[in-house]
Amino acid sequence: MLNIKNLHASVEEKDILKGLNLEVKPGEVHAIMGPNGAGKSTLGYVLSGRDGYEVEGGEVLFNEQDLFEMEIEERASKGLFLAFQYPVEIPGVSNMEFMKESVNATREQRGEEPLSATEFLKKAKEACKQVQLPLDFLKRGVNEGFSGGEKKRNEIMQMILLQPSLCILDESDSGLDVDALQVVANGVNSQRDSGRSFIIITHYQRLLDYIKPDFVHILADGKIVKSGDASLALKVEKEGYAFLGKEFEGVSA
Amino acid sequence: MSQWLTKVIDDAKGVDDFLAPMRQQALSTLQDKGWPHPRTEEWRFTPLTVLKDRATDINTNNTDVEVPAITGLTPIDLVFVDGVLISNINDISLPSGLSILSLSDAPDSAQANIKALFGHVKPARHVFGLVNDALCQQGVYIEVDENCSVDTPVRIVNLVSKDCDSHTRALVNLGNNSQLTVIEHGSASIASFTTAFAEYVIGKEAKLNHYRFAFFTEQAKQVGGSHFSLQDHANLNSTLVAFGSELSRVDVDIIHAGQHAKAKMNAIYLLAEGELFDLHSTIEHAMPNGTTEENARGIIGDRARAVFSGRIHIHRDAQKTLAELNNRNLLLSRRAIVNTKPELEIYADDVQCAHGATVAEIEEKALYYLLSRGIKRSKALVMLNFGFIQELVNAIDDEHIREWLLPMLSERFASMEVK
Repeated sequence: MLNIKNLHASVEEKDILKGLNLEVKPGEVHAIMGPNGAGKSTLGYVLSGRDGYEVEGGEVLFNEQDLFEMEIEERASKGLFLAFQYPVEIPGVSNMEFMKESVNATREQRGEEPLSATEFLKKAKEACKQVQLPLDFLKRGVNEGFSGGEKKRNEIMQMILLQPSLCILDESDSGLDVDALQVVANGVNSQRDSGRSFIIITHYQRLLDYIKPDFVHILADGKIVKSGDASLALKVEKEGYAFLGKEFEGVSA
Repeated sequence: MSQWLTKVIDDAKGVDDFLAPMRQQALSTLQDKGWPHPRTEEWRFTPLTVLKDRATDINTNNTDVEVPAITGLTPIDLVFVDGVLISNINDISLPSGLSILSLSDAPDSAQANIKALFGHVKPARHVFGLVNDALCQQGVYIEVDENCSVDTPVRIVNLVSKDCDSHTRALVNLGNNSQLTVIEHGSASIASFTTAFAEYVIGKEAKLNHYRFAFFTEQAKQVGGSHFSLQDHANLNSTLVAFGSELSRVDVDIIHAGQHAKAKMNAIYLLAEGELFDLHSTIEHAMPNGTTEENARGIIGDRARAVFSGRIHIHRDAQKTLAELNNRNLLLSRRAIVNTKPELEIYADDVQCAHGATVAEIEEKALYYLLSRGIKRSKALVMLNFGFIQELVNAIDDEHIREWLLPMLSERFASMEVK
């Protein structure tokens, strides 16, 4: 599915990722934890192709293809999905129009016919219910005036509609109360299957109480410094990042 | 004085018809004013250096040019090719209350009406308006009888088949309490120079729906104008849509000559590559209780340049005027330029006026968000940035014109490069 080898990346000429390796197989759920500034969000942006995030070295294969040869929109329509930590508000473009365009772009990539307005509306309503957003959110401007939690649920709704093969969730749990956290987690769990993989970037272990990861990695100073199973997240929760070395003493999860 | 102008003056001496005295007057004004200096405010950002030689071969009549259709619309077409009217006006069956005459063929009985309009609405400060006064041998006079509402739109089409100069004129007279739709439709891309000027008198309580499509691109140079005089309670609803070329300029004058007149003007310009488009509008509130609402919106890509000057002049007697003018621009590249100048000049003390201009750039974060959901770049740009143009298209009354324009404009926008 995804194979990251010795990835180096910089933002505004500052090195952020410094030789990151990660392999994600179909159906696996990987959690990436780590202290602030470790490069967690940068990893998401580099994979999705955001301007200003420069790849300095290394290689990423996505379904055996060179990811960095693809434009942002091509990566997305081929199944890479990034749920944003801070989704942008776009007044003037309706949520419905936006999601219909994105779903049909993906369908076109797969060689499928575009959905008609009625077919799409039916799917959108189901997804909307699943993440417990009122239906009128479909008519509103993209994320316009949504609360933090509503924005996160809107991201999960898009994920459900787009049916990507690789989902990267960038702190989809931050700023959520327990109820909203559960909605997000249920949305993710409903999409888990043997062909779909997840990379869950999170600061806290509590999301992992709801979404059980197969692997947990600790990202520090641009590299994965430790990998383990779900118990690693619990250890971090309890002990902080002191085990990473002196400079992380007193840094809690 | 430029060589070009010297040649115009020479040519004009050969023009002799019932409009001769007025042409002479225009020529002498032109000689007094001379060629616009590059620092002349009116032409500061629109260099006239592209006008060099004049081709004056107006004798061969080429009818082999396709007239652009507006799907679903069946207007009365008055088609000029290379400045020559090729539609046979006598063959057109006109709805009752509407009369159309060719200027080169006007009967003596109509000449007084034509003279009363010719050059009387269009202000004399427009240099190329004076050139048109002197040289337009071809044109149309359109009249709607009082109390008469004409449903079929009249379309004045200016096309070009070869490298030449064309000068055409439209004079439109709406009787009191009448209604008419006029479309001025110009389209060309080959090397040429067109001046197309139109003057309108909108009678008391009459209503004019007006469109001007200035689709001159590449080497098709054009300078033209639409000039309106509104009588008491008259109503004007005007939409201008323009692309740009080596030289493309439209002047609009809206004169509130009567009380309680209403004018609404929307302008859209989409400029690609190295195109230039210049819109100068002047609203004269000479009488009280008039309202004007003007919205000009444009998208400028690549190395293109837009020039906008919007002036509202409220005279001392024009109390209770309501006037608004707004100009919004979106720049798609670092090399695109807009020079915008909204101007208010107010001499009355009991009026409500507002004016403003904005220039924006593409929002990177929003574009990234749409791309990251698989939406193609061209589509994403249209979704994000076409809304403010679409709003003005949606404001157009005529459904057929709306449906014809929208895909044309969104395609043009989607093909523009973002740098």
